[in-house]
Amino acid sequence: MPKAAGDAKLLIQSLTKAYAATPTNLKIIDLYVVFAVATALVQVIYMGIVGSFPFNSFLSGVLSCIGTAVLGVCLRIQVNKDNKEFKDLPPERAFADFVLCNLVLHLVIMNFLG
Amino acid sequence: MAAAASTMLDSLPAPLLRALRLKTKQQELLLRVSALALIYVLAFAVRLFSVLRYESMIHEFDPYFNYRTTLYLTEHGYSEFWNWFDHESWYPLGRVVGGTLFPGLMVTAALLHRLLRALSLAVHIREVCVLTAPFFAANTTLVAYAFGREIWDSGAGLVAAALIAVCPGYISRSVAGSYDNEGVAIFALLLTFYLFVRAVNTGSLAWSLAAAFGYFYMVSAWGGYVFIINLLPLYVLVLLVTGRYSQRLYVAYNCTYVLGMLLGMQIRFVGFQHVQSGEHMAAMGVFFLLQVFFFLDWVKYMLNDVKLFKSFLRITLTCVISVGTLALGIGTASGYISPWTGRFYSLLDPTYAKDHIPIIASVSEHQPTAWSSFMFDFHILLFLFPAGLYFCFKRLSDATIFIVMYGLTSMYFAGVMVRLILVAAPAVCLISAIAVSATIKNLTTLIRSKSKSPQTTGKTTGSKAAAKGAVDQPLPFQHNVAVALLLGAFYLLSRYAIHCTWVTSEAYSSPSIVLSARGHNGGRVIFDDYREAYYWLRQNTPTDAKIMSWWDYGYQITAMGNRTVIVDNNTWNNTHIATVGRAMSSYEDEAYEIMQSLDVNYVLVVFGGVTGYSSDDINKFLWMVRIGGGVFPVIKEPDYLVNGEYRVDKGASPKMLNCLMYKLCYYRFGELTTEYGKPPGYDRVRGVEIGNKDIKLEYLEEAFTTSNWIVRIYKVKPPKNRS
Repeated sequence: MPKAAGDAKLLIQSLTKAYAATPTNLKIIDLYVVFAVATALVQVIYMGIVGSFPFNSFLSGVLSCIGTAVLGVCLRIQVNKDNKEFKDLPPERAFADFVLCNLVLHLVIMNFLG
Repeated sequence: MAAAASTMLDSLPAPLLRALRLKTKQQELLLRVSALALIYVLAFAVRLFSVLRYESMIHEFDPYFNYRTTLYLTEHGYSEFWNWFDHESWYPLGRVVGGTLFPGLMVTAALLHRLLRALSLAVHIREVCVLTAPFFAANTTLVAYAFGREIWDSGAGLVAAALIAVCPGYISRSVAGSYDNEGVAIFALLLTFYLFVRAVNTGSLAWSLAAAFGYFYMVSAWGGYVFIINLLPLYVLVLLVTGRYSQRLYVAYNCTYVLGMLLGMQIRFVGFQHVQSGEHMAAMGVFFLLQVFFFLDWVKYMLNDVKLFKSFLRITLTCVISVGTLALGIGTASGYISPWTGRFYSLLDPTYAKDHIPIIASVSEHQPTAWSSFMFDFHILLFLFPAGLYFCFKRLSDATIFIVMYGLTSMYFAGVMVRLILVAAPAVCLISAIAVSATIKNLTTLIRSKSKSPQTTGKTTGSKAAAKGAVDQPLPFQHNVAVALLLGAFYLLSRYAIHCTWVTSEAYSSPSIVLSARGHNGGRVIFDDYREAYYWLRQNTPTDAKIMSWWDYGYQITAMGNRTVIVDNNTWNNTHIATVGRAMSSYEDEAYEIMQSLDVNYVLVVFGGVTGYSSDDINKFLWMVRIGGGVFPVIKEPDYLVNGEYRVDKGASPKMLNCLMYKLCYYRFGELTTEYGKPPGYDRVRGVEIGNKDIKLEYLEEAFTTSNWIVRIYKVKPPKNRS
């Protein structure tokens, strides 16, 4: 057991060390994604305690967060300079796509909120 | 086809080309665009046989419901349509139409109608409905072209467009007048697949968004969207397992799934199914799997340490798998996730419907497919398909894997159910197009490399091929064999075109509501009995009359006769249908009680004994017995059979000879001589003399029989006065 704990400690240490080298704009996106996921989790927990009665409202709340998080990750993938797959995609274009998708996502969410 | 086009280019006289002053690239573009335009027109025009031969009318059964709802939509507006409660069907239950249909087709037709009106073209909504399916079939050819270009090259795209324009498997559901969901749904299906493959290839969010919108249109149009929501995760899984995972795939799938799911939920009929029904869980599972995969990938990239990563992997995998199983188990056990529906089971297992759901098995288009109908609907595509698969495997990419999977899964489903040949048709056309295009290209390069003519004006492919030919040792008679094979290919393709035209004009253009047959002298005889009967109902019965018939005719009676029916083709309430089946298979006095309890005023039966029209109610009768017996055990199938044999002549069982359906069909039939040299009461469908010629009706009276006896309507007498 102490070996596993030591492993975990080592793991976290090396991860934080590696993560420190990430560019700031990616860190901002990461924060955004983590925030969205956390909000989704809060809603799920709230649903577990209070109940899911207006189911469409619950769904739209959670899906809004999940959608935001997923789109954020997609944006992160596309603007990451180390990523070889998206070399010829300018970050401006990636951001425009991101905004468009978010627009659609939240318009639909508003329609679904009830 | 591009290669064929370029040979055509070279055969044009040189001065003409000089006069046009087009570069080779431009010539190619011009040819391609004009070929596509011709294909577009062809796809539309080949579907018009039914209009030319009969008239501009709606076909079959379901389209009449779609037509009726579209009419309602154009007359009352969208919000009324959305909240429509229909009193005229499923009496006395009624039906919430707005919440129980896929509105895509109706909205599309209504929008087209409004657009045409805005252009001050005063067309009736019926013409728009009749021509919606051909219009969308023509659009499908454009999508097929784009799809073919995406997975192979523009030549394959052109061939695919040409093949799908006339493919009988697709035409069968998209002739003019066949105003059914499938007409627009196949367009939406192919569009969604194309956009998704495009999104996977580019990894762009915009294309994924477009794919989500394509999916939304598909969800709004047809229940077959379940195929998409299961094929996409399957595809992602296959890519994951074969180690072809890429971040483009991550972007494409996740964006399409989240947005597509959310958009799909806006359709009321689908509602929460995306998170609650078992059929949609695969997509959600793969969605979470991709997140885990991505996260692991990212940690691996960050760590750069194999040993550490392995321990990390172990921890996360155990956590994820246990959480996933726990969630699925709780969801299923608590009934939050609904189990798979019978329809879904019957797709996976062809024998399921026969044992459990007679109402699905009773529909002829749900039967397993016979080999002959594969041949009939695909013709040469059937053996070009494996060849195309070979080419796909030879040049494996994300896109070709997708089309291979689409082809194989849809082929399986086409084997399970006849009507799903339609879903397989685009895949078969695309894969065959790859075979045709690749083969013809190879052959033409062989021919051109051999002929060594200096007319290859700046054609890079031509000169490349020539260089290759010089290196390769040419086989003996290579040139001749190539020419022969090329001619053979063109012969096959022309046979395909001829077959398709023949099938369309002979088999798929009949409206099935107006019947035609060949008379003794070879002339065409038209039986318009259905409409005769429905117009009779419209004009001679009280407006609140309730008509009982087998469910097949429900939509037509409400749409054309404008009368209330007990059951119709939307088979949502099995008990109600079973009640009608029980009434039809009981003795007259028992049936009378059932009919009284349902407020029935008229009974309508379809009878083909005079004309030899074989899909009549006597032939469907055993299904009524089975469905009725499934709910009411007093109805037993063996009572209607003699030694397991279904017969209507003197040897038939007494229950059969005296049940309501038999009486209504054969009432007064014993007096009629149908065929020269046969005794009166000779049934031309069954080919026997009927067993009960002296039929007396006690509780019903004949109200109307059409000129060829195909539809017979009886009035239910009011209860007797107390004596």
